[in-house]
Amino acid sequence: MMETAFTPLQSLGGGALIGLAAVLLMATVGRVMGATGILAGLLTPVDKADWTWRAVMLLGMITGPVAMMALTGQMPAVQVPISTPMLVVGGLIVGIGVTFGGGCTSGHGVCGMARLSPRSIVATLTFMLTTGITVFVVRHVIGG
Amino acid sequence: MRLLTVYLIGLVFGLGISISGMANPAKVLNFFDVAGTWDPSLAFVMGGALVVTFIGYRFVLKRPAPIMAKVFQVPTRRDLDLPLIGGSAVFGVGWGIAGFCPGGALPALGTGRIEVVIFVASLVAGIIVAKGLRSTLAGPGQEA
Repeated sequence: MMETAFTPLQSLGGGALIGLAAVLLMATVGRVMGATGILAGLLTPVDKADWTWRAVMLLGMITGPVAMMALTGQMPAVQVPISTPMLVVGGLIVGIGVTFGGGCTSGHGVCGMARLSPRSIVATLTFMLTTGITVFVVRHVIGG
Repeated sequence: MRLLTVYLIGLVFGLGISISGMANPAKVLNFFDVAGTWDPSLAFVMGGALVVTFIGYRFVLKRPAPIMAKVFQVPTRRDLDLPLIGGSAVFGVGWGIAGFCPGGALPALGTGRIEVVIFVASLVAGIIVAKGLRSTLAGPGQEA
Protein backbone atom coordinates (compact mmCIF):
# COMPACT_ATOMS: atom_id res chain seq x y z
CA MET A 1 0.00 0.00 0.00
CA MET A 2 1.10 3.53 -0.71
CA GLU A 3 -0.01 6.63 1.15
CA THR A 4 -1.12 9.53 -1.05
CA ALA A 5 -1.63 13.13 0.07
CA PHE A 6 -5.16 14.56 0.23
CA THR A 7 -5.33 17.19 -2.56
CA PRO A 8 -8.81 18.76 -2.46
CA LEU A 9 -7.95 21.90 -4.47
CA GLN A 10 -6.03 20.20 -7.30
CA SER A 11 -8.63 17.45 -7.50
CA LEU A 12 -11.52 19.92 -7.59
CA GLY A 13 -9.74 22.04 -10.22
CA GLY A 14 -8.81 19.00 -12.31
CA GLY A 15 -12.36 17.71 -12.01
CA ALA A 16 -13.71 21.08 -13.19
CA LEU A 17 -11.43 20.86 -16.28
CA ILE A 18 -12.77 17.35 -17.00
CA GLY A 19 -16.29 18.80 -16.80
CA LEU A 20 -15.32 21.74 -19.01
CA ALA A 21 -14.00 19.32 -21.66
CA ALA A 22 -17.27 17.35 -21.51
CA VAL A 23 -19.36 20.52 -21.94
CA LEU A 24 -17.19 21.82 -24.80
CA LEU A 25 -17.33 18.49 -26.65
CA MET A 26 -21.12 18.48 -26.44
CA ALA A 27 -21.33 22.15 -27.49
CA THR A 28 -19.08 21.70 -30.55
CA VAL A 29 -19.43 18.20 -32.01
CA GLY A 30 -22.43 17.09 -29.96
CA ARG A 31 -20.79 14.04 -28.41
CA VAL A 32 -20.57 12.50 -24.96
CA MET A 33 -17.06 12.64 -23.44
CA GLY A 34 -16.63 8.95 -22.62
CA ALA A 35 -13.16 7.43 -22.66
CA THR A 36 -14.59 3.95 -23.28
CA GLY A 37 -16.64 5.09 -26.27
CA ILE A 38 -13.76 7.03 -27.77
CA LEU A 39 -11.35 4.08 -27.43
CA ALA A 40 -13.85 1.41 -28.51
CA GLY A 41 -14.80 3.47 -31.56
CA LEU A 42 -11.14 3.58 -32.60
CA LEU A 43 -11.05 -0.23 -32.66
CA THR A 44 -14.20 -0.62 -34.78
CA PRO A 45 -14.55 2.63 -36.76
CA VAL A 46 -17.76 3.51 -38.55
CA ASP A 47 -15.95 5.51 -41.26
CA LYS A 48 -12.73 7.50 -41.77
CA ALA A 49 -14.07 10.79 -40.36
CA ASP A 50 -15.36 8.99 -37.26
CA TRP A 51 -11.98 7.31 -36.72
CA THR A 52 -10.07 10.55 -37.27
CA TRP A 53 -11.84 12.65 -34.62
CA ARG A 54 -11.42 9.87 -32.07
CA ALA A 55 -7.70 9.54 -32.84
CA VAL A 56 -7.23 13.31 -32.57
CA MET A 57 -9.14 13.35 -29.27
CA LEU A 58 -6.88 10.57 -27.92
CA LEU A 59 -3.82 12.51 -29.05
CA GLY A 60 -5.10 15.56 -27.17
CA MET A 61 -5.66 13.47 -24.02
CA ILE A 62 -2.12 12.05 -24.21
CA THR A 63 -0.72 15.58 -24.41
CA GLY A 64 -2.41 16.37 -21.07
CA PRO A 65 0.51 15.31 -18.85
CA VAL A 66 2.92 17.32 -21.02
CA ALA A 67 0.68 20.39 -20.64
CA MET A 68 0.74 19.86 -16.89
CA MET A 69 4.55 19.65 -17.02
CA ALA A 70 4.63 22.96 -18.94
CA LEU A 71 2.27 24.64 -16.45
CA THR A 72 3.48 23.29 -13.12
CA GLY A 73 6.96 21.95 -13.81
CA GLN A 74 6.06 18.37 -12.97
CA MET A 75 4.51 15.34 -14.64
CA PRO A 76 1.49 13.79 -12.90
CA ALA A 77 2.45 11.09 -10.41
CA VAL A 78 1.76 7.52 -11.56
CA GLN A 79 2.26 5.16 -8.61
CA VAL A 80 1.33 1.57 -9.39
CA PRO A 81 1.01 -0.42 -6.17
CA ILE A 82 0.33 -3.79 -7.88
CA SER A 83 2.31 -6.40 -9.84
CA THR A 84 2.44 -6.51 -13.65
CA PRO A 85 0.31 -9.70 -13.92
CA MET A 86 -2.37 -8.05 -11.78
CA LEU A 87 -2.19 -4.97 -14.00
CA VAL A 88 -2.86 -7.17 -17.05
CA VAL A 89 -5.72 -8.98 -15.31
CA GLY A 90 -7.19 -5.66 -14.17
CA GLY A 91 -6.96 -4.21 -17.69
CA LEU A 92 -8.66 -7.23 -19.28
CA ILE A 93 -11.49 -7.15 -16.72
CA VAL A 94 -11.99 -3.38 -17.14
CA GLY A 95 -12.12 -3.82 -20.94
CA ILE A 96 -14.76 -6.54 -20.71
CA GLY A 97 -16.80 -4.68 -18.10
CA VAL A 98 -16.92 -1.29 -19.82
CA THR A 99 -17.86 -2.88 -23.16
CA PHE A 100 -20.90 -4.67 -21.73
CA GLY A 101 -21.68 -1.82 -19.34
CA GLY A 102 -21.46 0.71 -22.17
CA GLY A 103 -19.24 3.19 -20.35
CA CYS A 104 -16.94 4.00 -17.49
CA THR A 105 -16.19 6.77 -15.00
CA SER A 106 -16.23 9.52 -17.64
CA GLY A 107 -19.16 8.37 -19.80
CA HIS A 108 -21.52 7.10 -17.10
CA GLY A 109 -20.01 8.73 -14.01
CA VAL A 110 -19.71 12.28 -15.36
CA CYS A 111 -21.66 12.77 -18.61
CA GLY A 112 -24.51 10.35 -17.92
CA MET A 113 -24.94 11.37 -14.27
CA ALA A 114 -24.97 15.04 -15.35
CA ARG A 115 -27.91 14.24 -17.68
CA LEU A 116 -29.57 12.35 -14.79
CA SER A 117 -29.73 9.25 -17.02
CA PRO A 118 -31.17 6.36 -14.98
CA ARG A 119 -28.86 3.89 -16.77
CA SER A 120 -25.77 5.93 -15.91
CA ILE A 121 -26.81 6.48 -12.30
CA VAL A 122 -27.32 2.73 -11.80
CA ALA A 123 -24.08 1.92 -13.66
CA THR A 124 -22.08 4.39 -11.55
CA LEU A 125 -23.53 3.19 -8.24
CA THR A 126 -22.83 -0.40 -9.31
CA PHE A 127 -19.19 0.07 -10.25
CA MET A 128 -18.42 2.32 -7.28
CA LEU A 129 -19.78 -0.44 -5.03
CA THR A 130 -17.88 -3.31 -6.68
CA THR A 131 -14.68 -1.25 -6.84
CA GLY A 132 -14.94 -0.59 -3.10
CA ILE A 133 -15.61 -4.26 -2.36
CA THR A 134 -12.69 -5.34 -4.58
CA VAL A 135 -10.24 -2.92 -2.93
CA PHE A 136 -11.35 -4.12 0.50
CA VAL A 137 -10.98 -7.79 -0.45
CA VAL A 138 -7.60 -7.31 -2.18
CA ARG A 139 -6.10 -5.20 0.63
CA HIS A 140 -7.72 -6.44 3.81
CA VAL A 141 -8.97 -9.98 3.16
CA ILE A 142 -6.41 -11.50 0.75
CA GLY A 143 -3.57 -9.06 1.46
CA GLY A 144 -4.42 -8.44 5.14
CA MET B 1 -10.95 23.72 -37.45
CA ARG B 2 -13.10 20.89 -36.16
CA LEU B 3 -10.12 18.61 -35.56
CA LEU B 4 -8.13 21.38 -33.84
CA THR B 5 -11.12 21.96 -31.55
CA VAL B 6 -11.37 18.25 -30.75
CA TYR B 7 -7.62 18.12 -30.08
CA LEU B 8 -7.80 21.05 -27.65
CA ILE B 9 -10.81 19.52 -25.86
CA GLY B 10 -8.85 16.26 -25.49
CA LEU B 11 -5.98 18.32 -24.11
CA VAL B 12 -8.23 20.02 -21.52
CA PHE B 13 -9.57 16.59 -20.51
CA GLY B 14 -6.04 15.14 -20.26
CA LEU B 15 -4.83 18.14 -18.27
CA GLY B 16 -7.80 17.80 -15.91
CA ILE B 17 -7.10 14.11 -15.39
CA SER B 18 -3.41 14.85 -14.80
CA ILE B 19 -3.97 17.63 -12.27
CA SER B 20 -6.81 15.84 -10.47
CA GLY B 21 -4.82 12.71 -9.62
CA MET B 22 -7.04 10.33 -11.63
CA ALA B 23 -3.96 9.22 -13.60
CA ASN B 24 -2.47 7.86 -10.38
CA PRO B 25 -3.67 4.34 -9.46
CA ALA B 26 -2.38 4.60 -5.87
CA LYS B 27 -4.52 7.70 -5.33
CA VAL B 28 -7.61 6.17 -6.94
CA LEU B 29 -7.29 2.95 -4.91
CA ASN B 30 -6.79 4.93 -1.71
CA PHE B 31 -10.14 6.65 -2.27
CA PHE B 32 -11.82 3.28 -1.96
CA ASP B 33 -9.64 2.11 0.93
CA VAL B 34 -11.65 3.70 3.72
CA ALA B 35 -10.42 0.97 6.07
CA GLY B 36 -6.77 1.67 5.25
CA THR B 37 -4.79 4.51 3.63
CA TRP B 38 -7.88 6.60 2.80
CA ASP B 39 -7.51 9.62 0.48
CA PRO B 40 -10.88 11.34 -0.21
CA SER B 41 -9.53 13.40 -3.16
CA LEU B 42 -11.45 11.44 -5.82
CA ALA B 43 -14.74 12.73 -4.41
CA PHE B 44 -13.56 16.25 -5.28
CA VAL B 45 -12.68 15.17 -8.84
CA MET B 46 -16.12 13.65 -9.37
CA GLY B 47 -17.80 16.60 -7.62
CA GLY B 48 -15.98 19.24 -9.68
CA ALA B 49 -16.58 17.40 -12.96
CA LEU B 50 -20.26 16.74 -12.20
CA VAL B 51 -21.16 20.30 -11.15
CA VAL B 52 -19.53 21.83 -14.25
CA THR B 53 -21.04 19.25 -16.61
CA PHE B 54 -24.49 19.40 -15.01
CA ILE B 55 -24.69 23.19 -15.36
CA GLY B 56 -22.93 23.32 -18.75
CA TYR B 57 -25.14 20.64 -20.33
CA ARG B 58 -28.27 22.59 -19.22
CA PHE B 59 -27.21 25.50 -21.44
CA VAL B 60 -25.71 23.48 -24.30
CA LEU B 61 -28.55 20.97 -24.74
CA LYS B 62 -31.11 23.80 -24.88
CA ARG B 63 -29.61 24.84 -28.22
CA PRO B 64 -31.09 23.35 -31.40
CA ALA B 65 -27.78 21.80 -32.51
CA PRO B 66 -24.05 21.67 -31.71
CA ILE B 67 -21.80 24.30 -33.33
CA MET B 68 -19.85 21.92 -35.58
CA ALA B 69 -22.28 19.04 -36.16
CA LYS B 70 -25.88 18.55 -37.25
CA VAL B 71 -27.27 16.87 -34.15
CA PHE B 72 -26.49 16.06 -30.52
CA GLN B 73 -25.64 12.35 -30.23
CA VAL B 74 -26.88 11.64 -26.73
CA PRO B 75 -27.82 8.14 -25.52
CA THR B 76 -31.60 7.87 -25.25
CA ARG B 77 -32.11 4.46 -23.61
CA ARG B 78 -33.56 4.58 -20.10
CA ASP B 79 -34.16 0.86 -19.42
CA LEU B 80 -31.98 -1.08 -17.02
CA ASP B 81 -30.70 -4.42 -18.29
CA LEU B 82 -28.28 -7.16 -17.30
CA PRO B 83 -25.36 -6.14 -19.58
CA LEU B 84 -25.45 -2.62 -18.09
CA ILE B 85 -25.48 -3.74 -14.47
CA GLY B 86 -23.32 -6.87 -14.90
CA GLY B 87 -20.81 -5.04 -17.10
CA SER B 88 -20.55 -2.14 -14.65
CA ALA B 89 -20.09 -4.58 -11.74
CA VAL B 90 -17.28 -6.31 -13.66
CA PHE B 91 -15.69 -2.97 -14.55
CA GLY B 92 -15.57 -2.12 -10.83
CA VAL B 93 -13.72 -5.34 -10.06
CA GLY B 94 -11.06 -4.52 -12.67
CA TRP B 95 -10.83 -0.90 -11.53
CA GLY B 96 -10.43 -2.07 -7.94
CA ILE B 97 -7.59 -4.39 -8.96
CA ALA B 98 -5.67 -2.05 -11.27
CA GLY B 99 -6.62 1.44 -10.05
CA PHE B 100 -6.77 2.67 -13.64
CA CYS B 101 -10.06 3.44 -15.39
CA PRO B 102 -10.06 4.15 -19.15
CA GLY B 103 -10.42 7.92 -18.65
CA GLY B 104 -7.50 7.97 -16.23
CA ALA B 105 -5.24 5.63 -18.19
CA LEU B 106 -5.49 7.16 -21.69
CA PRO B 107 -4.08 10.58 -20.68
CA ALA B 108 -1.55 8.80 -18.41
CA LEU B 109 -0.01 7.31 -21.60
CA GLY B 110 1.55 10.76 -22.02
CA THR B 111 3.81 10.17 -19.02
CA GLY B 112 5.55 7.46 -21.04
CA ARG B 113 5.34 4.99 -18.15
CA ILE B 114 5.50 1.33 -19.20
CA GLU B 115 2.87 0.31 -16.61
CA VAL B 116 0.32 2.53 -18.35
CA VAL B 117 1.13 0.99 -21.73
CA ILE B 118 0.70 -2.51 -20.25
CA PHE B 119 -2.67 -1.55 -18.73
CA VAL B 120 -3.98 0.11 -21.91
CA ALA B 121 -2.87 -2.86 -24.07
CA SER B 122 -4.75 -5.21 -21.70
CA LEU B 123 -7.75 -2.86 -21.73
CA VAL B 124 -7.83 -2.92 -25.55
CA ALA B 125 -7.55 -6.74 -25.51
CA GLY B 126 -10.47 -6.90 -23.05
CA ILE B 127 -12.62 -4.66 -25.26
CA ILE B 128 -11.87 -6.81 -28.33
CA VAL B 129 -12.68 -10.02 -26.42
CA ALA B 130 -15.94 -8.54 -25.11
CA LYS B 131 -17.00 -7.28 -28.54
CA GLY B 132 -16.45 -10.77 -29.97
CA LEU B 133 -18.30 -12.36 -27.07
CA ARG B 134 -21.21 -9.94 -27.42
CA SER B 135 -21.70 -10.60 -31.14
CA THR B 136 -21.50 -14.38 -30.45
CA LEU B 137 -24.15 -14.05 -27.72
CA ALA B 138 -26.35 -11.94 -29.98
CA GLY B 139 -26.28 -14.69 -32.61
CA PRO B 140 -25.28 -14.60 -36.27
CA GLY B 141 -26.21 -11.55 -38.30
CA GLN B 142 -27.14 -9.53 -35.25
CA GLU B 143 -25.26 -6.66 -33.73
CA ALA B 144 -25.93 -6.26 -30.02
